[in-house]
Order: sequence, then structure tokens, then C-alpha cells
Amino acid sequence: IYAYFVPLGLHNRAAQLIEFLILAELPELHQMMRQTCRDYAQKELAPIAAQLDKDHKFPAKQVKELGAMGVMAVEVPESLGGAGMDYLAYCLAVEELSRGCASTGVIVSVNNSLYLGPILKFGTEEQKKQWITPFTTGERVGCFALSEPGNGSDAGAASTLAQQEGDEWVLSGTKAWITNCWDASATVVFATTDKSLKHKGISAFLVPMPHPGLSLGKKEDKLGIRASSTANIILEDCRIPLGNMLGERGMGFNIAMQTLDSGRLGIAAQALGIAQAALDCSADYAHKRTAFGAPIGKLQAIQFKLADMALAIESARLLTWRAAMLRDAKKPFTKEAAMAKLAASEAATFVSHQAIQVLGGMGYVTDMPAERHYRDARITEIYEGTSEIQRLVIANNILKEYQQ
Amino acid sequence: MHRSSEVKHVASYLNTRGCECFGQPCESHCPVLTDRTIHVQLKTFIKIRVKPDRTGVVTDGVKHSMNPFCEIAVEEAIKLKEKKLVKEVVAVSCGPQQVQETIRTALAMGADRGIHVEVSGKDYETLGPLQVSKIFAALAKKEQADLIILGKQAIDDDCNQTGQMIAALLDWPQGTFASEMTLEADKMKVVREVDGGLETIKIKLPAVVTADLRLNTPRYATLPNIMKAKKKKIANVKPADLGVDVCSRLEVLKVDEPPQRQAGVKVETVDDLVGKLKEAGRV
Repeated sequence: IYAYFVPLGLHNRAAQLIEFLILAELPELHQMMRQTCRDYAQKELAPIAAQLDKDHKFPAKQVKELGAMGVMAVEVPESLGGAGMDYLAYCLAVEELSRGCASTGVIVSVNNSLYLGPILKFGTEEQKKQWITPFTTGERVGCFALSEPGNGSDAGAASTLAQQEGDEWVLSGTKAWITNCWDASATVVFATTDKSLKHKGISAFLVPMPHPGLSLGKKEDKLGIRASSTANIILEDCRIPLGNMLGERGMGFNIAMQTLDSGRLGIAAQALGIAQAALDCSADYAHKRTAFGAPIGKLQAIQFKLADMALAIESARLLTWRAAMLRDAKKPFTKEAAMAKLAASEAATFVSHQAIQVLGGMGYVTDMPAERHYRDARITEIYEGTSEIQRLVIANNILKEYQQ
Repeated sequence: MHRSSEVKHVASYLNTRGCECFGQPCESHCPVLTDRTIHVQLKTFIKIRVKPDRTGVVTDGVKHSMNPFCEIAVEEAIKLKEKKLVKEVVAVSCGPQQVQETIRTALAMGADRGIHVEVSGKDYETLGPLQVSKIFAALAKKEQADLIILGKQAIDDDCNQTGQMIAALLDWPQGTFASEMTLEADKMKVVREVDGGLETIKIKLPAVVTADLRLNTPRYATLPNIMKAKKKKIANVKPADLGVDVCSRLEVLKVDEPPQRQAGVKVETVDDLVGKLKEAGRV
């Protein structure tokens, strides 16, 4: 296949992707990577996931091991300590890890897409060395502080202030729903440098944690993904050097939106992992549970459910892969990313809901993982862009395509 | 995969093992050679169904993955290289095209290069420890290997013969069921797990060692290593090139599933128990 496409002037990577589209099989590198993550998730994450969820415990040991494998910084170039792979590989990694433990999946995703992502794209060389390299090994994780108690979807209405005082920025305000914050060593914070400019007045800042003037609210007691910490970040007279601004003044909103475009693929991957785990659970049960004299897998009602579940997952997966490949090819991918996140998160909630149904009473108790998948899936429709926002993004893109 | 006339043994193994690849079946033969060298045999295990014609097991569409004991052997080889006690680790596999995946996994763990000994079709179905050990012996001479490490046995046929046969063919010392191996000058100190406990021996190199469960915990391939594995070479060799005849000396008569386990019977007293055992002709 490569020999065929080389005369067309396509380089090796494009040839691989074309091979994928023709043979519908991932390139060998990605298959190996996927298998490694799958093995790790099955052996190291799945056995402890239920306990991590019960204890609301951050999987520090596993995060370090994942860091050693390169999974905490998949897209970061090797020169900065990362694995130097592409976004498709990252999505595969997050999916396989989430299949074992959804909380670990989101910890990996937030570090990769929401923390390392914007610094990689908008940071200076100095900032990259300082804020990226220590966060590639799993020893430290980062977080992303955009949402506030007063605005989630309405990101442009940020009220956290950043005022310049001499050679320092002084940040004040509160950020809400920040994943990883209790375990993080740094954060990307969005604050407004000029409220009158509305969303064009928002800038991005890098703040180490802990830091004077930065305090954390109480850990939220969540429905799902309980092993990852979520809390408010309170900034009161928090002073950082001028060099801690990420990108240009007023670029903050842009940085946030671009970061979320990629981040939502990570969440799509997480949702796929949760959905797949729920399907694994249901299909296994369908073989083992007997009713009316035969395994329930023989009953059409169950078969139709399994078929719909598998279809939802596979469609969302292909959307996710396509969006990731577009991003890797440096083509516009906003619409596809929104579609992927929407499809995957709705697949996760649908599949985990049906999984409980297939398991019946057993689905409702903690003995089986179905109830945890149900709880974990729900957040995927909310964070990094609610399903409603995804629909708006898709619609805007469609209307632009059909512009009169 | 080696099928012997001990049909019952093979068949009873088949049904008690599951597959570790999320329900996907897998199979391969994969020995590893190195240059100052570590030889590791990799094999994998199979979720098995007996073929309807009872001549063997279903192997169509079977995914390959590495035998757990062989993974341990690869890990040990790489550890020796990291300690700078060996120069090069070569991973070898005997089998059809699919075994290349398994070799790549070994490369991703840290092996330097691979050798694929191509055996396919009918030859592969009848390939067993004797032929594999002959191939190894030939490769060891060709590559001038100093050390061969294999898994103690493959979990598809549980033969536990290949390592020992290689040593015999090459007239090399062997340290089997190793739970610890330490290189001391030109000798390898091997702690063997035997039925009676632990036995420590010292064998002169070149030698053959087979890995047991507690030798080490294999590493997960890191993403950068998976990328590097792509660039490492896998050479292609045929058994004939090594002067090895892979014809089998054994003929499989039939392969059966083990008899279905019967329900047990509960008894109230010891007398009842003795009575029932007598009835069943066991006492």
C-alpha cells in the first residue's frame, strides 16, 4: 500500500491513515499501543476501580506507572519528556484506560489535553520547559480552571480578575468544578484582564500549586468518577510573575476554546471506555444468566439491547477516531470533535443504562460494576462542553457550511 | 503447540484454561535468541474449541500473544542488558506470519532485533518441542549465542521440553525453572524452584535457562519503546535454511474434550461415604 501511494507524494503517515480507511484497521503502532494500555487497564486498574471509587482515592501509584509508560504526556515531544505520539494514539490510550477505571481515564485526559495541551500550543520555550517536563512523568499532574460558580457554558462571562501590579499579576476570584485540583501541582487559570472587552478581555495564566493566595474548596462528593478530585479553586490576592501569562493578553478565550476542542476528544474516548466496559459486563452476563430455561442472551429483548449498545459505541468510536485523525492531519476538526463527544457521551449514558437493565437486580448493586459505569457515564454529557453546547457547535458549523 | 498421543492430558488442559486477551483467542511459538545472548521462547495461550473432525483444535482467526513464561524470560533478558551484562537481546519466533506481532511486543519491551523462523500450514500444526529445539540449536550456532532464556513451558501444551532439548542438542548446561539468575564472571548462578524447595546451581556459559513464574514481573512496554520497536529489524529465516527438518515423528490419533464434570453427591455419615465409594468401585 505504501508503494502504491508514495508516487502520489503522500508521506508515510498519510499512507498509514489511508490504509486504515481502506482496511478499517489501525496502523500497527497504534494497535500495539492500544494492546499495552488494554493489558495495563485489565491487570492494574480494573481490579482496584471499585475500591478507588468507594474510597474516593486518587490512584497515585498507577498515575506514576502510567507516567513511566509515557501515557501522561502522549502528544508531548520526546525532547520535553513525552511519548511523541499522535492524538489518535492518545484517544486509544484514554479509551482503554477508562475501560478499566473511568476516574483514571479522566485524570490522564485532563493532564494531557487540558493542562499540557494549551502550554504545548501557546507556551514559550521557557514555559514549556518549566511547566511541561515535570508533568510528563506521572509524578505531577496539572489541571484546568475555566468554569466559575457563576458561569460554566457561558465561559465568556468570566469574572475572575487579573490585575497587573508592577511586575506581578494579581488574580482574584473563584473557579468551580476543577478536576484533579486536590492532586495537582499546577493549573492553567483563565481570568479577565479587561471586563469591558467581555470574552476578548480574558487571558490565560499558569499558577503553581500550592501557592500563596490559592486555596482549594472542599472536595465535591460526586455521583461518579470519585477517585478524581473535584473542587473550587479560590484565588485571593494570588500573585504570579508577569512571565506566567500563557499566550498573549486577551487570547484567553481563544486558548480555552481551542483547548476544549481537543479536550472533548479525550472525554469522548473516556465515554467510549465506560460504554465498552458496560457492554463487556452485559454481554458476559447474557451468556451466564439463565432464565426461562436458557441463557438470557438467547432472548431477542436482550439481543436487541446488545445490538443497539454495540452500534452506539462503534459509531461514536469511528467519529472519535476520525476527529482525532483530522486533528493529526492539521485539518479543521471542531465539528467532528463536537460530534464525537456528543455521540460518545450519549452512547455511554445509553449503554450503561441498558447494562443495568440487562443485569436486572444485579445491575443495581455494587457487587457488579454496572452501577459504577452508570454513575461514571453521567458526567461525560456535562463536562468539557455539555451535550447542548455540542449541538450548538455542530449547528453553527453546519450553517456556516451552507452559508448563503 | 505440540500434540502428543497423550490425548487425555492435552484435552483436559484445553478446557481449564481461559484466555487473557479480553476473551480473544491467541497462539504463537516464539523463542528468543540473543547475541551474548538471551534466547527466550515465547508462546501463548488459547481459548480452545476442539475441531468437529477431532483432529485438533480450532486455530483459524486466532490472535497471537506472548506466553506468560516467555514474557518473564524476555524481561530477564532485558534486565541483563540494562545491567550491561549482555550486549544484545534477540527475540525469535517460530510460526506463521502472525508471530511477527509477538516479536514486535518483545522489541517494544526492549529486545534489539528479531528473527522470524517461518513455519506455516501443516508444518505449523505439527510443530513441537523437538523441532523447535532443533531450530534453536541451529540458530544458536549461527548467531554465536552465549545464553538462551525460554519460558519453562508453553501454556498451550505444557510440554516443558524445549529448553531441556535445546541444551541436550547443543551439549550446553541447563538451569530450568529459574526463580533467580545471577551472572557471576563466566558462570550463571541459577536458583531453581523444584518440588522439594529451592536448588541453587552454577552453570558455565554458554547455557540454557528456563524462566519460572517468580523470576520477575514483566514490564509494560512504554509508548516511546513501542515507537522505537517499529524501527528494529526482524529477519526472516526458513527451517530449511538452518538445515532443520520440521517433520513430526508423532501422529495425533484424536483430540477430545474432557468428560463433563458430573454433579457431586452429598452424604450424611462416613459409613454412607464408604458405601458410596464401594458402589462406584473406588474402594
